[in-house]
Amino acid sequence: MKALTTIQSRFVPINIENIDTDQIIPARFLKATTKDGFGKNLFRDWRYEKDDETNPHADFPLNQSQYSGEILVAGKNFGCGSSREHAAWSILDYGFRVVVSSFFADIFKNNALNNGVLPVQVSEAFLEKIFAQGPATELLVDLEKQSVTILTTGENESFDINSYKKTCLLNGYDDIDYLLSIKPAIELFETERR
Amino acid sequence: MAKTLFEKIWEKHVVKTIEDGPSVLYIDKHLIHEVTSPQAFTGLNNRGIKVFRPQQVVATADHNVPTLNQHLPIKEELSRKQVEALVKNCAEHGIELYGLGHPFQGIVHVIGPELGITQPGMTIVCGDSHTSTHGAFGSIAFGIGTSEVEMVMATQCLMQSRPKLMRITVDGTLKKGVVSKDIVLYILSKISASGATGYAVEFAGSAIQSLSMEARMTICNMSIEMGGRCGLIAPDETTFSYVKGRQFAPQGAEWDKKLADWKMLFSDADAVFDKEYHFDAADIQPMITYGTNPGMGIGVSDNIPVAETVHESDRSGLNKSLAYMGLKEGTPIKGQKIDYVFIGSCTNSRIEDLRMVASFVKGKKKAEEVEVWIVPGSKQVEAMAIEEGIDKVFEEAGFMLRQPGCSACLGMNEDKIPAGKYCISASNRNFEGRQGAGARTLLASPLTAAAAAITGVVSDVRELMN
Ligand code: SF4
Repeated sequence: MKALTTIQSRFVPINIENIDTDQIIPARFLKATTKDGFGKNLFRDWRYEKDDETNPHADFPLNQSQYSGEILVAGKNFGCGSSREHAAWSILDYGFRVVVSSFFADIFKNNALNNGVLPVQVSEAFLEKIFAQGPATELLVDLEKQSVTILTTGENESFDINSYKKTCLLNGYDDIDYLLSIKPAIELFETERR
Repeated sequence: MAKTLFEKIWEKHVVKTIEDGPSVLYIDKHLIHEVTSPQAFTGLNNRGIKVFRPQQVVATADHNVPTLNQHLPIKEELSRKQVEALVKNCAEHGIELYGLGHPFQGIVHVIGPELGITQPGMTIVCGDSHTSTHGAFGSIAFGIGTSEVEMVMATQCLMQSRPKLMRITVDGTLKKGVVSKDIVLYILSKISASGATGYAVEFAGSAIQSLSMEARMTICNMSIEMGGRCGLIAPDETTFSYVKGRQFAPQGAEWDKKLADWKMLFSDADAVFDKEYHFDAADIQPMITYGTNPGMGIGVSDNIPVAETVHESDRSGLNKSLAYMGLKEGTPIKGQKIDYVFIGSCTNSRIEDLRMVASFVKGKKKAEEVEVWIVPGSKQVEAMAIEEGIDKVFEEAGFMLRQPGCSACLGMNEDKIPAGKYCISASNRNFEGRQGAGARTLLASPLTAAAAAITGVVSDVRELMN
């Protein structure tokens, strides 16, 4: 997993609530047996008219050249629906490292963290402030300080993350390494519960 | 100290707790399928390790399998490759696979319970969000991502933070034509598609206790649609007699020992929940959804709401949803023309669902323009349906009985609803494009779906019942 400390970048706003994983990556793209290449199908059915890559929806932010950066900003309850980790893979593969929203679905949040994508949960008021910014505005996400700042205005807000996940992300460790390291404790647990 | 059902099970499975971090949770059963497992096996292979406890893993092929001519090689190349990868991976790692052609094959959340793999008090995970279904047995069961699938394969454990606890109590008696799917769609319409995010949800109350196991599974299945981490129902005599005698259920002295443990699985009278809701079963009508998340539901005889009356969380999305659905606010949903009827998925594809539909449609014929797909949840359900003559009833009604799989629930195989067409579906998600790009899904109970199959339009099943 790639470590993440601070990200300073412009952001792509998708001001829609309840974005489910079927929108992030439609089921027909789940047939791969590797984790690569999902980025080109991120938000596929919102990006293109009738699944036609030569016919992009001009009003969808991913198709608007003024928007760029490593930060995706989305409406409340982001990532609800299916457990498909392909959603996190497609977001990462597209080039995002941070998703900002006022609320995240549980499974998505775990999947994102397990892939080095940081879900930043802010208040609804702060989310509105970000959406109100122009495309040239940069955000600064500082994981160590657990804060997100709108650089044009200097306004900032702190966000929660449990300290274990924070350490993992700052260092690029993943859960599997940790679990493998405590295998003797797991085996002991198994014998004791019999 | 008084404990909830969830806490009793959780505490028995914590190997270790990390300070200000998650717990290491031991997993009893791990169910896998072809779509969310290949990358996890690749991860293990890259690390040069084998599945830690292969006897605790069960595999099936369900998500992208065809539902016609399952004896033939899968035509679609990528789907075939995924299924082949599962066969190879299971063989290499010593995992029992109920793949295509096996008499136990079926949707992962249908076969676990019917084979007695799912038991009270267990922790059960699967790389599929509807793993919550198994909670109907009084187990902690939840969906995980592929990295987590790899973790469980590698160590039989998961890093999990304990969710908050919610209880939803439904008391009273259900009215005629109202079934468990209506209960859960009703709850969803009241608390919204994110109302239970961050919570483990226990369903309780006399209306829940009166349900069969299969009906309880429908409710727990959709707890994820409220955002719940899992849903669970305290096991009781209904649960025990369902489990008893099944293929992988404990037997003899082992049964007695387990049963004694299972009888302790309930929330103590003074246990405390972080949040509670109470509903009256008598208020529930046959339900249907009009929007693009499962929380956007109404009584089938009600009007589609106007912005001011929908749940606050759906207000801003209402116009977008209705535009996608081609429906108008403030108008009745009854009478809306239907093109497809899908009765299947891990929500409503068990034998009781098929029996319920069959007893309603017996002697009736489907409306001419409607296409009706009945997709049983498993080979065993299919076999029972044939044995009971249910297949004949469907044939006479003009319904097509297909072979087991997820099918049009997520449209990963060929079973897709064409763009712009209306499908009344007994499945669990009405997201944009869920059943095929541009498809319009109305979620309802199998009974309400069957009523639409007969009339060709959204109908109130109560008016058609004798
Ligand atoms: S039937 Fe649908 S919801 Fe159930 S496991 Fe299959 S795809 Fe998931």
